[in-house]
Amino acid sequence: MSASAKPIANTRSATGIPTARLITWWVIASEIVIFGGLLASYIMHRVGHPEWADAASHTNTWAGAFNTFVLLTSSLCAVLAHKAADGHDGPKAAKLLRLTSLGGLIFLTVKGFEWTKDIHEGFVLSSGGFWSFYYTLAGLHGLHVLAGMIIMLIVAADAAKNQELQRVECIGLYWHFVDIVWIFLFPLLYIAR
Amino acid sequence: MSTQVVHAEPGILKKYFFSTDHKIIAMQYLFTGMAMALIGGFFAYVFRMQLGFPNQHVPGYGIVTPGKYNALVTMHGSIMIFWVAMPVLIAAFGNFLIPLMIGCDDMAFPRINRLSYQIFLLSALVLLSSFLVKGGPFGGAWTAYPPLSAVGAYNLTPIGATLWLIAVALEFVAFLLGGINFTVTTMNSRAPGMKMYDIPLVVWMIVLASVIFMASVGPLVAGAIMLLFDQTMSTGFFDPTRGGDPLLWQHLFWFFGHPEVYVVLLPALGIVAEVVAVFARKKIFGYKTVLYTTWAVGFLSFVVWAHHQFVAGIDPRMANIFSVTTLLISVPITEMVFLYIATLYGGSIHLDTPMLWALAFIGEFMIGGVTGIFLGSSGTDIYLHDTYFIIAHFHYTFVPIAIIAVYAGLTFWYPKMFGRMLNETLGKIHFWGTVIPFNVIFIPLFITGTAGDQRRVYSYAQFAEQSRPALQHLRTTSTIALLVMLSFQLVFLFNFFWSLRNGKSAGANPWRSATLEWTVPSPPPHGNFAELPTVYRGPYEYGLPGRADDFLPQNVPE
Repeated sequence: MSASAKPIANTRSATGIPTARLITWWVIASEIVIFGGLLASYIMHRVGHPEWADAASHTNTWAGAFNTFVLLTSSLCAVLAHKAADGHDGPKAAKLLRLTSLGGLIFLTVKGFEWTKDIHEGFVLSSGGFWSFYYTLAGLHGLHVLAGMIIMLIVAADAAKNQELQRVECIGLYWHFVDIVWIFLFPLLYIAR
Repeated sequence: MSTQVVHAEPGILKKYFFSTDHKIIAMQYLFTGMAMALIGGFFAYVFRMQLGFPNQHVPGYGIVTPGKYNALVTMHGSIMIFWVAMPVLIAAFGNFLIPLMIGCDDMAFPRINRLSYQIFLLSALVLLSSFLVKGGPFGGAWTAYPPLSAVGAYNLTPIGATLWLIAVALEFVAFLLGGINFTVTTMNSRAPGMKMYDIPLVVWMIVLASVIFMASVGPLVAGAIMLLFDQTMSTGFFDPTRGGDPLLWQHLFWFFGHPEVYVVLLPALGIVAEVVAVFARKKIFGYKTVLYTTWAVGFLSFVVWAHHQFVAGIDPRMANIFSVTTLLISVPITEMVFLYIATLYGGSIHLDTPMLWALAFIGEFMIGGVTGIFLGSSGTDIYLHDTYFIIAHFHYTFVPIAIIAVYAGLTFWYPKMFGRMLNETLGKIHFWGTVIPFNVIFIPLFITGTAGDQRRVYSYAQFAEQSRPALQHLRTTSTIALLVMLSFQLVFLFNFFWSLRNGKSAGANPWRSATLEWTVPSPPPHGNFAELPTVYRGPYEYGLPGRADDFLPQNVPE
């Protein structure tokens, strides 16, 4: 992929923060309010409906815990990829990014098994308030995992050729954000009784 | 990978349809917004005809049935806010002005910018496609309160409701992408020497509006997903019989909906600031104070939303708190208006068309602001809520924002956008032909609203307790004034397109303005600046004594 000529606007840095990192933070900020709104709605409903705890007890806490472990480990790979990119070692960064997205794949696979079991037991999106929030929150998060994996593979392809290495850090930041959202979702959906 | 920056002129298709040039994208937003304004204006004409001359054949439309009336008012509101005010005030002016005014060659992320417009266009097409589906476009009001919006059996426009929701969500995505780009560009891509307080106010205002938008729209994006599932996947997020809560939607909607008022107001205030400084030949009085008041407004705009819900059954103690915050927000806004008036004081005022629009904005917006006091106070609001008083109130804010300030901006920057001057005589005819009828439309509605006319009623004659035949002449007056105002818009359209070819050549700086966009040729070439400028001072150095020119451009070393 031949990178098209960048405008001078893209290369300036009046704040001292690299432009790529700056826009990543703004994207994350806008995502925080989206998840924040949904989470706040869920928490308010959950507090008002103690009976949702019965539904919540059907979720598989061990699967959730395993997924938490997988995501955290993949975030470590993203950090190491950033370190490699800082050392101008594009191929190593690419390898670590691919490893990171493998973590995303394992996460989504476990989710797939969980949801299949839930649906077989009759718990679907419209089965009640808890399940509606469960599928919506985890689904929106899952889409972010998927998007992150795809972008990461694209960034890795460039990084392998030592191109656009600044993007390695940005996709890493985004991946940490996706990770942190899960850190909120796991106790709120799986552990809270 | 090429590191050399090339600004070759691309081919026609690439130049006008798939361009990444911020000026072309601005034009795409502008013309899409203008086309949507014609549609939204036509709907206003149709339902006002129904209210002025009930149950008669409306020329160009036909008989307005109750269902069609609901769809018309819903679409008028949605289109005018999401597909006219937003694209024109934020996206068109933001795209055109930000790189030029901060002295760089384009947005920091031109391809994200193009994607933003493409998603916006898609959202407009999705909305318009709802006119073709069974049941017609959504008729559950632009606020889309559930259960009316969630249940097809209630709103009778099940497909239209879903398409409306998807269109609005896509529109949000478009403006998130655009707004993030504006913010990053202004933060990082400024010309060397342009410090934080050297940025022209209109750029500040558009960026702050983008940040407010970004911080407020998230919960509604979540709400839109929930409502979409309620509509199509039989969830019960907003259904109280299944553990949901319809009030939740109102909170999510207005947590965005009220900041949204300021999202469109701020760019309008920024445009007016630029025009007032140039045509009063005076430095903005209290540039930093304008910004401080803007930050105060931005902050307060997040804690006033429940004043839309005083009759929705919220706790009266909570209503008191929101009354107080709502009255508080009028303090910084008033201060800002005072600063503009102080800028005029002692200035050398030139009453060209852009200045007429800017002055009209200040005057008319104050009427909108002052009538808001009645609605922000929960006691009076309970009586006035959902009457024509509130219609008149918010049109006295939105028309100055989305019509009057937009005309101020268009007439001011038209020479820069197209290289030619608009006709001044036609401009003044259009000005008076718009502003006078505007007042004649909405002053009667304050009266009918206070007398008890409820909004969203397609025909008062059908409801005995609503009929009040003595008020009909006011409703008719309002309709006739609308016809006058709409017909005068033809003068503008003629002037706009006629001047593209026949206007007087503008030159680089027809208004003798000090900001950077006037230092380049009109229209600016691809890449904007032949040599990228360095900035030496603030944007409003006007009325300087002892100089051949009475102003000092930002890029000229002393």
